[in-house]
This record gives sequence, C-alpha cells and structure tokens, in this order.
Amino acid sequence: MPKGLSRITAPLIGQNPITRQILGVCSALAVTTGLDTALMMSAALTSVLCLSSAIISLLRNHIPHVIRLIVQITIIASLVIVIDELMQAFAFELSRALSVFVGLIVTNCLVLGRAEAFAMRNPVGPSILDALGNGLGYSLILILVGSIRELLGQGSLLGVVVLVPVADGGWFEPLGLMQLAPAAFIIIGLLVWAIRSYWTDQAETTAQATPGEQVAR
Amino acid sequence: MTDILIAAIFQENLALAYFLGICTFLAISERVETAFGLGLAIIAVQTITVPVNALVLNGVLVEGAWRWAGLPEVDLGYLRLVAFIGVIAAIVQVLEMTLDRFFPRLYVALGSFLPLITVNCAVLGGSLFMAERQYSVSEAAVYGFGSGLGWALAIVSFAAIRERLRYSDMPAGMRGLASAFLVTGLLSLGFSAFARVPL
Repeated sequence: MPKGLSRITAPLIGQNPITRQILGVCSALAVTTGLDTALMMSAALTSVLCLSSAIISLLRNHIPHVIRLIVQITIIASLVIVIDELMQAFAFELSRALSVFVGLIVTNCLVLGRAEAFAMRNPVGPSILDALGNGLGYSLILILVGSIRELLGQGSLLGVVVLVPVADGGWFEPLGLMQLAPAAFIIIGLLVWAIRSYWTDQAETTAQATPGEQVAR
Repeated sequence: MTDILIAAIFQENLALAYFLGICTFLAISERVETAFGLGLAIIAVQTITVPVNALVLNGVLVEGAWRWAGLPEVDLGYLRLVAFIGVIAAIVQVLEMTLDRFFPRLYVALGSFLPLITVNCAVLGGSLFMAERQYSVSEAAVYGFGSGLGWALAIVSFAAIRERLRYSDMPAGMRGLASAFLVTGLLSLGFSAFARVPL
C-alpha cells in the first residue's frame, strides 16, 4: 500500500515535525545532551503518539466537539502517566535524567497537534501510520542531535568512548559547550539550515510568515 | 526567597535554559507588541497556577495527605500530571472570563493568547519543577512569578532582535526558522552568563 507507506515516509524529512512543522521542539532540545536520553525520549514519545492517535481515532465519533481538547489532553495525560510509571520501574536512572520532560509529553504540541489535525478526522489505520511516521521523524532529529552533542561534548556514544579525550591520553578535547543549553539551539539551527539548503523547496521565500505561525493559527 | 526569584528569572530561565514553551516562543515572536502581550499573559498565569498547584499537591496528592480521613498510606502522586493540567486549564478559563468581565481592553489584547497557554509547556513545566523541588506555597508563588517574568523577558528581547533581522540579507535556507534557532542559541548563551553571578 503505497499511500500508507507515504504516511510514514513523508514526516521523516519533507514534513518533519521539528524542522518543518515546528512541533515538539521543547523536548527535542532538552533531552539531547546524550544519545541514551534521546533514544529513551524518542521511544516514549513515539509510543504515546501512536497509542493516543489510535484511541482518539477510535473515539472520534463519540467526542463532543466543544470539549474535544479536554478529552484529548486527558487521554494523552493518562498514557503519559503509564509511560512515566513504567520508566521509573524499569529504567530508573534514565527517568531521573529526563526529569520533568517525560511529564511534559502531555503538553508536547506534536502529540496534540497530530490528534487534532489527523486522528480526529481519520480512521484508526491511517491515524496509527501517521502517528508512527511523525514519531519516527521526531526521533530522527533527536537521535541526530543527541549523537552530535554526546560525541563532541564527551567524546562518546551511548557511554562508549569513541574519541579518546586528552585526560585519558588521547587527542580529543571535549567541548563543554555542547552539553549546555545554547549548543542545542545552535545545532538544530544549523540542521534546519542544512536541510533547507539541500531541499530548497522548504526554504522560506519571504521573511513574513513562518510555518510555525500557520500552525499556531 | 530573593535567590529563588533571581534564579528563576536568569539562571534557570524556562525558555532559554530549560527549553520550555519554545514552540510558542518561535511562533509568536515576529513583533515586539504581541510578544509583550503574550509575556504578560504568561506572567499572570504562572503567578496563579504554580502556587495553586502547590496547594493541590500538598493538600491532596502527596503521601499522607489523606491521614485526616483515616487513609495515611494513600499516595496519589501519580495523578499529579492530570491534576496540574486540569488546574491550569480551569484557571486559564476563569482568568479569561474575569478579564472579559472586568478588564475588557486587556482581554482584547491578551484574549487570543490565553487558550494557547493551556498547552504551553512552560506553564506545566513550572508546576512540575515546583513539585520536583518541593517548594512551599509561598516559595511557589515567588517561583511562579519569577519564571513567568524570565520567560517574558526572553520572548520580548528575542522579538526585538527578530524585528531587525527581517531586513538582513541571509542565505535562502537560513531565513526564518534556522536564523531564529541560531539567535535563540546566542541569547541563551548570554543568559547562561548569569549562572556565574554570585547571589
């Protein structure tokens, strides 16, 4: 089914939630100090996104239009609580490192945005595929930024030393800045620049309206 | 108290150090005027919701809060996400109605931003940080005000830079979002310098 496949592949780069739709940026920046937290967050967000899209799509004909936002948020919040409790039970160290950001999946505009824009209007099958695609697109950026920041900031990937630092007799001088907040903004900025230079159709021709504004309206 | 306030405004700035509310931050910062309005709305909502959530947390959710009812071992801590979001949504709704009734001009200025605030992660984030750091109700009020002020300060200065940026000659791929991220990065670098300032 090529149409179903395009639902998964389109959000990977062309309609990427972070670099194109500006959805879910907050957590993408915060949890990418290392590859392990980025992977954990990607898994958590993708599973919440798929489950919430499936449930909301199943209930879409029964949710009254006026209170749909509250219903959606309650469904998402319940799923996030489940994920949060699971994570505290089976990956306690990582859940400490992610601190409040797992809870903040509730207000992650990506989850609510897909629920509102897609799952409320489409049957279950396409909704799950759309959620999976967007979750993977989000994960792609997170993993990329997480690898860059951990590699340049600590010289390791997933805790395994790749570039031997000077302190251990190697040549690599870890860039402390990479572990700090400003680096996350700058790396995502450069990434967006690279993507838009390669796929020039994504570039903003005029300085007026950004896609984010269209989404916000 | 003052150290909580100063830290919340500068070192632990919600937008620039913890990346909270960045979606709104990037989307509504084309003009200083609207950024200022949104900043004011965030200050108001934060100052009310964080202490109210502290009350809810200490009075209902924390382990042992139901001792008076003969249920000392009940721990509703896992419900805090749903409770906080509910409180925030309700308070934003009430705030909207109050402004509409008593301050119509302010309502016109802020009106369209208020619903956005319910799903702004800076607001939920503020309450979650309050819970994680176990602030008392008065500390929570100070923290709420400070973090709101810090967020407002960040978005207003960012919007001011962005207004000027519109006329600059950038490579096509860098226009808009990419430049916004880079500027935010530099702004965040500036704010992180405050981390070295002794209180």
